[in-house]
Amino acid sequence: MQVVRNRAMSLASIFSIMAMLLILGVSFVTVVNIGVAMEKAKEGYDTILIHLEDDTAEWQVENIIDTLKGMMEVQEATFLPKDEALEQWKIEWGDYGYLLDTLSKNPLPDGVVVRLSDLEGADNVVNRATNFNGVLEIKYYRDTVEKLMKITSFIQMAAFVIMAFLIIICVVVVSNTIKLTVFARAEEINIMKYIGATNWFIRGPFLVEGIIIGLISAGVSVGAISLIYIKIIELVQSDVSNMFKFRLVPVEFMSNNLIWIFIALGVSIGACGSIISMRRFLDT
Amino acid sequence: MIQFTNVTKHYKTNIGLDNVSIQINKGDFVFLVGASGAGKSTLIKLILKEIDADSGSIKVNGTEVTTLSNRLVPKLRRSIGIVFQDFRLLPKITVFENVAFAMEIVHARPRAIRRQVPQALSLVGISDKAKKYPDELSAGEQQRVAIARAIVNSPTVLIADEPTGNLDPETAWEIMRLLEQINIRGTTVLMVTHAKEIVDRMGKRVLTIDSGKIIRDNIGAYGVGGGYES
Repeated sequence: MQVVRNRAMSLASIFSIMAMLLILGVSFVTVVNIGVAMEKAKEGYDTILIHLEDDTAEWQVENIIDTLKGMMEVQEATFLPKDEALEQWKIEWGDYGYLLDTLSKNPLPDGVVVRLSDLEGADNVVNRATNFNGVLEIKYYRDTVEKLMKITSFIQMAAFVIMAFLIIICVVVVSNTIKLTVFARAEEINIMKYIGATNWFIRGPFLVEGIIIGLISAGVSVGAISLIYIKIIELVQSDVSNMFKFRLVPVEFMSNNLIWIFIALGVSIGACGSIISMRRFLDT
Repeated sequence: MIQFTNVTKHYKTNIGLDNVSIQINKGDFVFLVGASGAGKSTLIKLILKEIDADSGSIKVNGTEVTTLSNRLVPKLRRSIGIVFQDFRLLPKITVFENVAFAMEIVHARPRAIRRQVPQALSLVGISDKAKKYPDELSAGEQQRVAIARAIVNSPTVLIADEPTGNLDPETAWEIMRLLEQINIRGTTVLMVTHAKEIVDRMGKRVLTIDSGKIIRDNIGAYGVGGGYES
């Protein structure tokens, strides 16, 4: 088999494809995790909190809730009494919750919690809510959500550009590496042409070589990325993710997707590399 | 079999062929002689469609070569056996495999390969070397392998480009007798050579080329009309 015969060349090709795939893999893992984290983060911002003045009558509150519930953008609207709000605070503060016990008076107003069905519709809901009587203030995180969305799409775009560049570089590197193999066998190729071999007959073994190199690189890269990723999960999950209430995408999901992406990439890079490298030898 | 009609091929700095017309018939044995750079290689390359003619018509086995699409070039070359001065065997495979390789290219069945390769090797007289590698053979034996490879697919034309150039006189004559035998079996042979003695003694048709023109086309037996620049 050619791959075995040209061990040095094949190793060089495998290493270059692997290096590229590893960088690609890291970008992929990062992008996916950032995407998931952003989605999670957005979930926290899909609520609008309407604070009510202390003297708002019960019927007024009910009116507000009913009107909001009638809106398409609103999934749910519930009354949040000030005492319950304080309790929630205490829970969020955790070990330090007892500090709130020292307050002589509950500083929080009553409120209405609106859960949105669609983040884009936040503005409509806010506009509507400002017109109600008895509304003290409206709290929602429009700027934060917009920033998050911008950052996500920027990171995704940047990652795609980097990946595209890497793929191009990889094809060039691999085709050059295979070209050296082809040079070494130029005489053989020449003889084949004289005997009447078709271009595909000559190309065949090199193509298979390229594909095998791509497959090996893909397999090794997925293995390496998975191992590194498992380590990262072990390290990060315990501390950081608890802090941010965020979990990394599980390694099984990553490797199941990566293996197919890498095989497709590895095989096409290997195949393209060998076809490109042989072009000038098969002109006549 | 091979027909050139007003074929011209100019390179950037010199003339390859200049308005050449020749006719080589089925079963002919033809020598192509001339000084280096006279146009011998150009003529061979045009037959194999390694290069394209500027004008004129080239027919091989009735096929117009000048307008042949690249896709059909392998088919053309399969109908032509070719032998080189430097043998051009694949060094990493055995004698048998070298000859079998020419059959694999035309997608011959394994059974046909097992039958025909030993026949070809036997015809060139090296049946006992089938399992050797090319570098274990003498120059003459290597050329025999090359000839076996060239004829294993039963081509209608055999082109031999200075096949005796790297051989001692005695071995050269063995190769010539072999080529003659192949010719007697019906294959047209076109042999490029510088070997005056061989051309004179063989007494075959001789095409002499100079500065891209055929300056002499002698047909005759030994001592009658043939001969190298006679």
